[in-house]
Amino acid sequence: MEFLSYFLQQIVNGLQLGAVYALIALGYTMVYGVIRLINFAHGDVFMVGAFTAYTLISKWHLPVYLVFPLTMAVTALLGFLIEKIAYKPLRAAPKNSLLITAVGVSLFLEYFLSMNSLLTPNYIAFPRPFEVTSFHLGLLTINNIQLSIFFITAFSLWLLYLLIYKTKYGQAMRALSHDREAASLMGIPVDGIISFTFIVGGALAGLGGILYGFAYPQINVFMGIMPGIKSFIAAVLGGIGIIHGAVLGGLIIGLSEVFVSAFLSSTLRDGVIFFILFLVLFLKPSGIFGKRIDKV
Amino acid sequence: MNFLITAKRFLFCSLLIYLVLKLLFCSGLLTEYIQQIILLAFIAILTSLGLNVIYGYTGQFSLGHAGFYGVGAYTAAYLGAAFEVEGLLGFLPILFLGGAAAGLLGYVIGVPILRLRDDFLAIATLGFGILIRVLLDNSDKVSEILGGSRGFIGIPKLVNLEIAFGAMVFLLLVTRNLIFSQFGLFWRCIKDDELAAGVFGINTSGLKLTAFTYGCFLAGIGGALYAYLYSFLHPSNFDFLKSIDFLIIVIVGGMGSITGTIYAGFLWVAVIEGLRILLPTQMLELRWVFIPILLIVVMMWKPFGLLARKESGFLGLRGER
Repeated sequence: MEFLSYFLQQIVNGLQLGAVYALIALGYTMVYGVIRLINFAHGDVFMVGAFTAYTLISKWHLPVYLVFPLTMAVTALLGFLIEKIAYKPLRAAPKNSLLITAVGVSLFLEYFLSMNSLLTPNYIAFPRPFEVTSFHLGLLTINNIQLSIFFITAFSLWLLYLLIYKTKYGQAMRALSHDREAASLMGIPVDGIISFTFIVGGALAGLGGILYGFAYPQINVFMGIMPGIKSFIAAVLGGIGIIHGAVLGGLIIGLSEVFVSAFLSSTLRDGVIFFILFLVLFLKPSGIFGKRIDKV
Repeated sequence: MNFLITAKRFLFCSLLIYLVLKLLFCSGLLTEYIQQIILLAFIAILTSLGLNVIYGYTGQFSLGHAGFYGVGAYTAAYLGAAFEVEGLLGFLPILFLGGAAAGLLGYVIGVPILRLRDDFLAIATLGFGILIRVLLDNSDKVSEILGGSRGFIGIPKLVNLEIAFGAMVFLLLVTRNLIFSQFGLFWRCIKDDELAAGVFGINTSGLKLTAFTYGCFLAGIGGALYAYLYSFLHPSNFDFLKSIDFLIIVIVGGMGSITGTIYAGFLWVAVIEGLRILLPTQMLELRWVFIPILLIVVMMWKPFGLLARKESGFLGLRGER
């Protein structure tokens, strides 16, 4: 009985972490879909989101319902600027130069913000915007932070679904990820849609940053690196470029990370994630939902 | 003998560089710290050369190069500690075994992993690199000497100018000959068009594996030299960011250019360590703000790298790409 309760608790914890990974993975998968770039700076957009929320809550004392839209606006703007300043001039350049530029942007954001006059490289305690209260549902204990994370993630996924499958913008994004040249011949404004993708991805990463801060109230300028890599792996796991694949991948990664920490050893959790990745890549290189094997 | 005659300019240049460096080292103009940085540049060049063979020449995107570098370093350091190696004669086999261990691991990993392409390969190698980091962090559970997350301490400092420079020159020469042999021709074919290369009867999977194994071997040698230069190893020296360092050297230098890797390797180490010396102490934290900006500017200015597929004459390769 005790074990079952512990087990269920780990599922809740895993879903909580997985929801954050899913939000970040969506940005990776959308950007990869439209410009075929592993956007290494995306993890740092997530970090900026967490710090923006921290500033808004603890310095400006804004209510929670304002923190969400403001933070997402800041990270959306950041995503937009990164694309405009760093990636757009390299649109015609070989892919690896673009990748190095992305790494450059990532390092710049981390080290620029870690200066002592700005955010400092130290860990900062993220303020809880509301009291934590736990609810006991039979064997399961769930607190309001976890509930709000699940609810907000589900709601934003529903909005994203509407955006991508029911609007012209989403249709244009999907067209772009199928074939960029054909899309531009059909009169789709390629540059505009790429910017739009970065804006949506940035906003989702910002949301992920806030929720991460709620759940794990220790933030740091370098916190984006590992969640960033893991989220990209989540995107690959589900099939890169596929929206529901990124969500499922994020949940799998989150659950396995929590389960390995709980039942094996917390030092091995990163290793197990990569083991899962290898397994999926060998069995089905295009990911769980991927349909075609990528040609050259 | 033909081997030496075609490379005579290269050997001559190396000898000259060696003599200049030796004079500088002996004259006492360079502090111990700067001497160490110069040797580190040689190691960085050697390791990046391995990545250039894998990525620049054969087109197999690897983001886990530092993992193999780490395996070479830890193997060499462990063997050295286990057999209590002293002196040059004892060190050379250790150096080779460090490289061989990394090469062997590259072979074993390469068999399944090289079926993947492009970004999928990148993410798989990235994962592998992080896996190695995790294993190194937990290595004290296997053997107490390895130190785990506390780091491997007490490695004798055996690497001097002769060993580091000699190893680099020798392996540069070997790599250059490989690249301009039939192997290299086939590697470049695979990079340009794997399907067409296969149609022409090139054993693509076998040759990709050869390139990957050889590249990892070079990384292992680099790692072994690193271990015996700094006499302290820590898993954090072999993480993802280190792989990025080598990738930067290869791409900034130019994919598929040995000369480019040499220049970019020197530049990279000079910029990173040079800023540490040039900047006043209170500005030191700005070092990693400047470096990425520099990187982005270089990439916008020369998207194909400083010397893409160009070689300077001193490698003795007139007329060849």
